Amino acid sequence: MPDVLMPQLGESVTEGTIGKWLKQVGETVAKYEPLVEVLTDKVNAEVPSDFEGVLSEIVVPEGETVKVGTVICRIASEGDGHPEGTTDAGRAAADSAAKAAAQASNGPASGPAPAPSAAPSPSAGSGAADGRPGARGRYSPAVLALAEQHGIDLSQVPGTGEGGRITRKDVLAYVQGQTAPSDAAPAAPTGPAAAPTAAAPTLQAPPEPSAPAAGLGGGNAAWSGTDDEVVVEPTAIRRTIARRMVESKHNAPHAWTMVEADVTKLQQFRDAIKADFKRREGIDLTYLPFFIKAVVDGLKQFPMLNASWQDDKIHIKKRIHISIAVATDDALVVPVIHDADRLSIAGLAHAANELAAKARGGRLTLDDVQGGTFTVNNTGAFGSILSQPIINAPQAAILSFESIVKRPVVVDDAIAIRSMVNLCLSIDHRLLDGWVAGQFLKAVKARLASFGPETVLY
Amino acid sequence: MKQYIEAIHDALFEEMGRDERVFVMGEDVGVRGGVFRVTTGLIEQFGESRVIDTPLAESAIVGVAIGAAAAGMVPVAEIQFADFILPAVNQIISEAAKMRYRSNNDWHCPLVIRAPYGGGIHGGLYHSQSMEALFTHVPGLKIATPSTPRDAKGMLLAAIRDPDPVLFFEHKKLYRLVKEDVPEAEEVVPLGKAAVRRQGDDITVISYGYTLHLVLEAAEQLAAEGISTEVLDLRTLRPLDEAAILEAARKTGKVLIVHEDNKICGVGAEVSALIAEQALFDLDAPIRRLAGPEVPAMPFSPTLEKAYMLSTERITAEMRKLAKF
Repeated sequence: MPDVLMPQLGESVTEGTIGKWLKQVGETVAKYEPLVEVLTDKVNAEVPSDFEGVLSEIVVPEGETVKVGTVICRIASEGDGHPEGTTDAGRAAADSAAKAAAQASNGPASGPAPAPSAAPSPSAGSGAADGRPGARGRYSPAVLALAEQHGIDLSQVPGTGEGGRITRKDVLAYVQGQTAPSDAAPAAPTGPAAAPTAAAPTLQAPPEPSAPAAGLGGGNAAWSGTDDEVVVEPTAIRRTIARRMVESKHNAPHAWTMVEADVTKLQQFRDAIKADFKRREGIDLTYLPFFIKAVVDGLKQFPMLNASWQDDKIHIKKRIHISIAVATDDALVVPVIHDADRLSIAGLAHAANELAAKARGGRLTLDDVQGGTFTVNNTGAFGSILSQPIINAPQAAILSFESIVKRPVVVDDAIAIRSMVNLCLSIDHRLLDGWVAGQFLKAVKARLASFGPETVLY
Repeated sequence: MKQYIEAIHDALFEEMGRDERVFVMGEDVGVRGGVFRVTTGLIEQFGESRVIDTPLAESAIVGVAIGAAAAGMVPVAEIQFADFILPAVNQIISEAAKMRYRSNNDWHCPLVIRAPYGGGIHGGLYHSQSMEALFTHVPGLKIATPSTPRDAKGMLLAAIRDPDPVLFFEHKKLYRLVKEDVPEAEEVVPLGKAAVRRQGDDITVISYGYTLHLVLEAAEQLAAEGISTEVLDLRTLRPLDEAAILEAARKTGKVLIVHEDNKICGVGAEVSALIAEQALFDLDAPIRRLAGPEVPAMPFSPTLEKAYMLSTERITAEMRKLAKF
């Protein structure tokens, strides 16, 4: 029975967090079929199976972080035969599957509310084919119809179909077995010790339509709570974000500073050329590539901001890889424009556009999110005029570009209407001080103010 | 014991003897006795006024037959290879199929069109196609395709006696492949009735024509593995025997439909839809179809032809998969 190991997903990556198991115990797995999501550096990478067979045991549950090379699951090859596979699965059911079922989306059998009644497969764990949530959670219309007709709790029926699926014949056999020695019937439902209220009426209304819905929905919703609040089980990526934020805030002493820049010329320039750019390039010309360009030029002058504090040493990075923060509905990802200093403004526009699209489509690869040396945060995109960003550790600094707003400002002792933007910089005070931060911001500000009709886009 | 081809010959012979309005027409059906020898001896027995050799013009063959049918005769027109029925499609669909409807029952069209179809006989693309699905879409037509000698005879009798147009598709590979006892006594096998060829309770396989025999072989093999198969022979593709299909589907809840014609919009699609519409709550697995590949026609190269045709092995594998589901 081959073991599947935590793969090394990048050169310097030594561990990975199990995100979501895409296969459940008992399900068949084709070679190269995605098996599990592994999270590193805030991205989901789908790990394909090296083997063909049936997923017989999940060793590492969702959310747990393990070293590269650790056994994460076991796959029984087809040759191992069903009987053997089922006992393995039965054993696995006790711990991992039940645990996964309890917290994961497509748990077995019943709907959201009486979930506990479906979970107690440990008690039935000795039963041959139990504890295969994936295949067991999906019933054919015939099986559901029979279950309803005979008032059967499908979680009690052993499945002999592919991956432990309960077939119509299984239900019929179960009905026959139950009706023959009729006093045996009430014995079965006493099993679930967990939820007393749900346990008693096991022979009541069957799980019916809610079962496939739960199986297919695949959402993250492990909802609970009271009338006044809802408690949501965070997704694996949300947990990772939470952990990283705490780590960064905890490890790096954040200092924060802000300057305001006059980007009137830039705004006029962009307004003048954006239609033409869209026609030629097929993408919108936003302010972001200009911001990145200004940052890149600033970093070239002040390489100390393109550095990190690691093992009590300062590592100054020679290459400039700009991380850009992209918020999706439920997560924050930070893909990287590698060697941003080698790209023109148009090149940066394309790179940022592509990464944002990939991020929103969930198509980012591990390469796309690795190796950033400095983060540009475009908080202005959602209207913010002031923010205090958390450093994307182990980088040394993060710069937020806020909304561009027209404001009255004093120019040459006169009041003028100018397009102003706030630049908010958080720095790791271990390696950066106010002075260098200020110099850097001054350089960025000057570069921003320099964009205008004479700026070359390509 | 009679071959499929003999059974068809006998049916023609008997019907022409019984009813003098019945006559056959087509390319080479007379002196030559048909390219497959189905009509051998008919011209000697019934003369050239009832066994008519026609020019190579399918639209004319069918057009004349429709005219004759309208005039009170009972023509059995032969299309030498089903592939060449296409020039006659307008006659069939626009005239024969609609005659009763457009004349408000004043006229009808007691016409049989025999068309040998199907591959596996090294005929290349113009002599191997399956044309049945094309016509199953058309109201007003009956589409018959027997798979055994006994059915071939009995269904052809029924087709000739049917007052409306019947397309009678004969799988060429069956002509001399299958033999069985065909009763001497007249046995009319009604159109529109499917036949259960094998009883089983694990899976249901629905098929017709040549592939039915492959299915039966596969079922025999799987029986040794402990998989029991219900096999339904559709026999008539329009009208479908809905009751028999639903009963067979409900029996096991796992249905595979097998035919040689390509899958998309084939007969299997209609059968599958029928089951899905009416027997959803008896289904225990997704309805599956195994059919010819999505290519324009049967290749001539023996290797490619073999690859095109379904085989017992492929059908067995598909059935096993369904049983396991």
